[in-house]
Amino acid sequence: MSGYFAALSAADVLVELAERNPDVVLLTQDFGAIGAFTARFPERHFDLGISEANLVGVAAGMAHAGMLPFVLAMAPFVSMRAFEQIRDDCAYNRNNVKLLAPFAGLEAGPWGATHHAIEDIALLRSIPGMTVLSPADPNESLRAVRAAAEIEGPVYIRLGFLSPLDGYEAEFRVGEAVTIREGRDLTLVATGGCVGTVLAVREALRADGISARVLNVHTLKPLDRAAIERAARETGRLLTVEEHSILGGLGGAVAEVLAELGTGRLARVGLRDVFATEVAPYPELLRLHGLDAAGVEAAARALLGLG
Amino acid sequence: MSDTDTIRALARRAAALRRHIVTVASAQFAHLGGSMSCADLLAALFFDYLGPRDHFLLSKGHAVHALHACLVELGTLDAAELTTCGMPGSRLAGHPTRRAPGVEFATGSLGHALSVGVGIALAEQHRRTGARTVVLLGDGELQEGSVWEAALSAPRFGLEGLLAIVDYNGFQAGGAVEDVVPLEPLAEKWRAFRWNVREIDGHDLGAIRAALAAVPAPRGPSVIVAHTVKGKGVPGVEGTPRAHYTTLTEEEARQTLAALEGAATR
Repeated sequence: MSGYFAALSAADVLVELAERNPDVVLLTQDFGAIGAFTARFPERHFDLGISEANLVGVAAGMAHAGMLPFVLAMAPFVSMRAFEQIRDDCAYNRNNVKLLAPFAGLEAGPWGATHHAIEDIALLRSIPGMTVLSPADPNESLRAVRAAAEIEGPVYIRLGFLSPLDGYEAEFRVGEAVTIREGRDLTLVATGGCVGTVLAVREALRADGISARVLNVHTLKPLDRAAIERAARETGRLLTVEEHSILGGLGGAVAEVLAELGTGRLARVGLRDVFATEVAPYPELLRLHGLDAAGVEAAARALLGLG
Repeated sequence: MSDTDTIRALARRAAALRRHIVTVASAQFAHLGGSMSCADLLAALFFDYLGPRDHFLLSKGHAVHALHACLVELGTLDAAELTTCGMPGSRLAGHPTRRAPGVEFATGSLGHALSVGVGIALAEQHRRTGARTVVLLGDGELQEGSVWEAALSAPRFGLEGLLAIVDYNGFQAGGAVEDVVPLEPLAEKWRAFRWNVREIDGHDLGAIRAALAAVPAPRGPSVIVAHTVKGKGVPGVEGTPRAHYTTLTEEEARQTLAALEGAATR
């Protein structure tokens, strides 16, 4: 399921929220009709066209007037073009705007680096009062949207390419990372679609007798420092995996915690301060940037000194 | 009250606003010019036009001293607090913040509030409350592209409850707007964006009231292009580039207050 369709089903969960709360409105960016929501609540769906700054400013105004706006807009554009509107009009003015951002990471593939979102976590988590979510699979996306509706304040929900994770049904608690698998030798710390990748890597490592913990950091902010501390104390080594720059995102956030803690060894998998300029389909781009299972496994082995 | 009496009362309010602004600008460096240029507009808005459910956004946030002055006249802020603006521990900053009692929306970075105003007006229209939303823009601010994104979107939703006012005082930090990046023909630009446009002398309270009375206009948002003088009311400073951000000497402040006294008692 692509991020876009994950976003559409997230929009369907908005129907459920909108049934219960007449203040829920959907604001979009030149997306046309949005599934069941537009069919059920045409008068509560506002398309602002191609103008992210205005889109987010308008959402802030609607929230200011007491509505509960959900903004659906592509991650690279809403996080960067509208950054100041998110910062000033949503966060600084304490407006309850929820941003649903599909096409996070490299999902746009051969459309090129203009359409990749590899800085959004770094940007959004630097804003005071912001909540930043990055669910791991389609169902967790729905749980994340419901959770976002429950909390007061601006929330950014990163929606990347998400495959369903078999048997994964953990309750979504904002700010609480989920230990999906226990392990002793290292912790694979992942967010978004990379959680599925590290689960596969864990099985490959297990065949060699390596016990890897898997931590799903579905909330980048507020970060679950306790879970990271536990992982550092109990497994010693942490490997962060994210479809994002290694600067300022999950890897950066975990590095901050470990540095303050003064313990734990860290390696980071992600875009290594480069644009993904290769023209290639999405899975190939992941491979080229070490974000496929083989790349992550190699990074894990290197961290364990088994390279 | 007759129209003449109302206008006289508003002139007294405007003079009071200017006195408050001068008090601040003689105690510190202040965005004097843009605060003085919108004093008549704000007097008409706050003391004649806006109701308790209506919204006001100061998009040109650097005119904060004019807004703080309104809050004093409304009784939400103590006059003695005005000169604490920007001082350690003050509730008043150099741009509007939510710490200041009575400030509806924090602004400062230019080009934001018209979008926010579109959102508020959209929400109020959706709920059919009849509440009005007024956004005061600077002229230099209109160089921000986001203003025009907002301007493009408002007619799409037929936002009759939305009013933008341009405080067209002709100067920005770097000099005359006409020299930096010209806006003319400004009224035609708004018309081309399908707004209901009125162009007035922004210091003529009768004209301001008449323009406000014409809002809402049918089928869409309204804009008042208000021609003003930067630093209006400060002899020797008004209408000059220095007016933008300055501190007044004792003598300048004295002369300004004397002139305001004369104006208010006429």
